[in-house]
Amino acid sequence: MSIDKSMNVLIVDDYKTMLRIIRNLLKQIDFNNVEEATDGAEALAKMRTSSFGLVISDWNMAPMTGLQLLQEVRADTRLKATPFIMITAESKVENVVAAKQAGVSNYIVKPFNAETLRGKIEKVLGHA
Amino acid sequence: MPDSPMPVTNGPEALSQRLAEIGARWPAARPEMVADVVQSVLSSMRGDLTSVESSLLTEVAELGRTIANARAEIAALQVDDITASHIPSATDELDAIVAHTAAATDSILEVCETLDGVAGTLESDAAGVLQEATTKIYEACSFQDITGQRITKVVATLKAIDSKVGHIIATFDRREGHAPPRPAPPEESLLNGPQLPASAMDQSDIDKLLASFD
Repeated sequence: MSIDKSMNVLIVDDYKTMLRIIRNLLKQIDFNNVEEATDGAEALAKMRTSSFGLVISDWNMAPMTGLQLLQEVRADTRLKATPFIMITAESKVENVVAAKQAGVSNYIVKPFNAETLRGKIEKVLGHA
Repeated sequence: MPDSPMPVTNGPEALSQRLAEIGARWPAARPEMVADVVQSVLSSMRGDLTSVESSLLTEVAELGRTIANARAEIAALQVDDITASHIPSATDELDAIVAHTAAATDSILEVCETLDGVAGTLESDAAGVLQEATTKIYEACSFQDITGQRITKVVATLKAIDSKVGHIIATFDRREGHAPPRPAPPEESLLNGPQLPASAMDQSDIDKLLASFD
């Protein structure tokens, strides 16, 4: 299945450096329509006013965490099918389990490399 | 506190010895003041003291001395310096580290983006080599996020120590404030930040765990 790389991608992280890194890595694999948000609440607001084919979110943010964002997305009739990748330094088993139970599409642990990001995106969008 | 109550001795000799001890410890105390206190204590009691009650009073007095000693020791430690100076200074230094590494990382990324732009104009294999190099720089720059989160954890620990020290001071000073820490709501227990390499799961562990759900 070919992936439509013209889709809008929303990246969410409270570290501006991380947003910049992910944006550049996405650009290198031809995803050029990238929007940014610095916490879950801002991301949710953007998702409710625009359409996104993929969300890549950090977990540990305030006031709304990545897990809460994921739960909100999965509870929203219009947004619930949006592919959602968590990229986080939270690497405990209970975190992965909680994210999976909340409906995460895939999970990347920081620090990560470009190949892992590309592979997970292909896997998630290939199944979308 | 001792395992068994201190022996209660009676008789004029023991009383004289005790009064001498009190006189040595509090030179300003006059015998009539001691008598007043004893009278005041006795008059507040109904009935005679049993030996058990006497032992209990001795224990209470010992406890009072222990608390007074602890207060004196804590005061000698100058714990106010910890909350007033040391911890704020340490957290400021750590905040400065985060700010400096963020600024440095931004500069590196800016240069990297320029190189990426140049790579896009090249036709030869050099374009691929250049882009591969910039990808590695982008990956490496994620250190700023990880170190930032680690430092945030250290700052939180310092603030918890600060709070607990303040609570101890308040308890001994009988001041108000420093409410006990509230229990963490459920998701806070999942916000642990980066794990140390020895105990962290890597990407392949996480992939296996995720696959176990399928």
